[in-house]
Amino acid sequence: MADMERKREQILRISGVNPRKCMRCGKCTATCPSYDEMEYHPHEFVYMVETGEIEPLLKSESLYKCLSCMACVERCPRGVEPGKLVEAIRLVAVREKGGDRITANDIPALLDDEMPQQAIVTAFRKYQK
Amino acid sequence: MKVTYYPGCTLRTKAKDLDRYARECAAKLGIELCEPETWQCCGGAFTASNDEIATKLSSVRALKAARDADTPLLTVCSACHNVIKRTNIAMQDTDFAAKVNTYMAQDKDFTTPYNGETTVYHYLELLRDVVGFDKIREKVVNPLTGKKVAAYYGCLLLRPGKAMRFDDPENPTIMEDFIRALGAEPVIYPARNECCGGYVALEDGASAEKKSKKVTDSAVNHGADLIVTACPLCRYNLIKNGSKLPVVYFTELLAEALGVKEAE
Ligand code: SF4
Ligand code: SF4
Repeated sequence: MADMERKREQILRISGVNPRKCMRCGKCTATCPSYDEMEYHPHEFVYMVETGEIEPLLKSESLYKCLSCMACVERCPRGVEPGKLVEAIRLVAVREKGGDRITANDIPALLDDEMPQQAIVTAFRKYQK
Repeated sequence: MKVTYYPGCTLRTKAKDLDRYARECAAKLGIELCEPETWQCCGGAFTASNDEIATKLSSVRALKAARDADTPLLTVCSACHNVIKRTNIAMQDTDFAAKVNTYMAQDKDFTTPYNGETTVYHYLELLRDVVGFDKIREKVVNPLTGKKVAAYYGCLLLRPGKAMRFDDPENPTIMEDFIRALGAEPVIYPARNECCGGYVALEDGASAEKKSKKVTDSAVNHGADLIVTACPLCRYNLIKNGSKLPVVYFTELLAEALGVKEAE
């Protein structure tokens, strides 16, 4: 439990997000292009960080459904910036020992001839430490 | 005018056209592009978290090189632009900059600390704010008359609007004004600033497919003949996922209108 409290503090600190500003309007979720693929939606990320339910978020596939498109950040009427919170939680998850989502060995099988380098370097930044 | 030019890794490989036409058009417009001898990949994504230092160093080095050359820094790729612009804003924070400069002090050529002094232009911003779309219009020799062009902004040029300051993130006009300057007709369609699926394509092609299809369907339904983009990954995703319309780089369209492409 103490470990999760520490992680919660870390997530709040590195994201700079204050979940208490949220008025639960759900606009972030309504605008999220990955909304229908997520177990936890952007507004739930905000709410669950506020209430301290960190563990399910750290383990959720929803972290890897986020496209970092920043639509939720742009469109939140309260400036909560949920996308930054998702990013911070994903970072905390991949920084764990054995937390890498992909490794260099996985890459060849995922490539095709046209895929730009940009996709690979970006995925590494997002999914690996 | 002289600018420091940051091509980025993808323009050296899969997106050579984006780079080549950017250079040729700049020459035609009297802009001298100086590429630093050493630049490193921007990493493709800006990590918003404020404890990420190492991932920002390559951008800071490019920004610092431009400052030391006393020029603005010019980007073309949407992703490079997003990363470098947001890094520059982050470097205007004194505490954050102090941490980064401590790392940078280990560089051989390190002299004066960097604090976000450089002006960063995306190529389109340079055309709008420095050259001027009116000037572009005067230089067009092959007006693209009758072409219905859908500008695809995607995410990276526009968001977060607070940092990017590229255009109104919800109702941008810069690419449409660019299209008009070339003599073509811009097509406004609802998905022009929605995400193509981005890097998720690497792991989850089906997820990217859904997003890309929404974009191309929206452009088709609004009567476009072609889609323009500044982003190699957007272009890849749209084409890979069956775009019925050609997807070209904005620099190629510019080269066509300026008569640079046919001169090759
Ligand atoms: S859009 Fe903002 S205020 Fe509304 S639910 Fe999402 S985070 Fe909360
Ligand atoms: S940044 Fe992530 S959570 Fe926010 S709208 Fe985009 S995909 Fe959804």
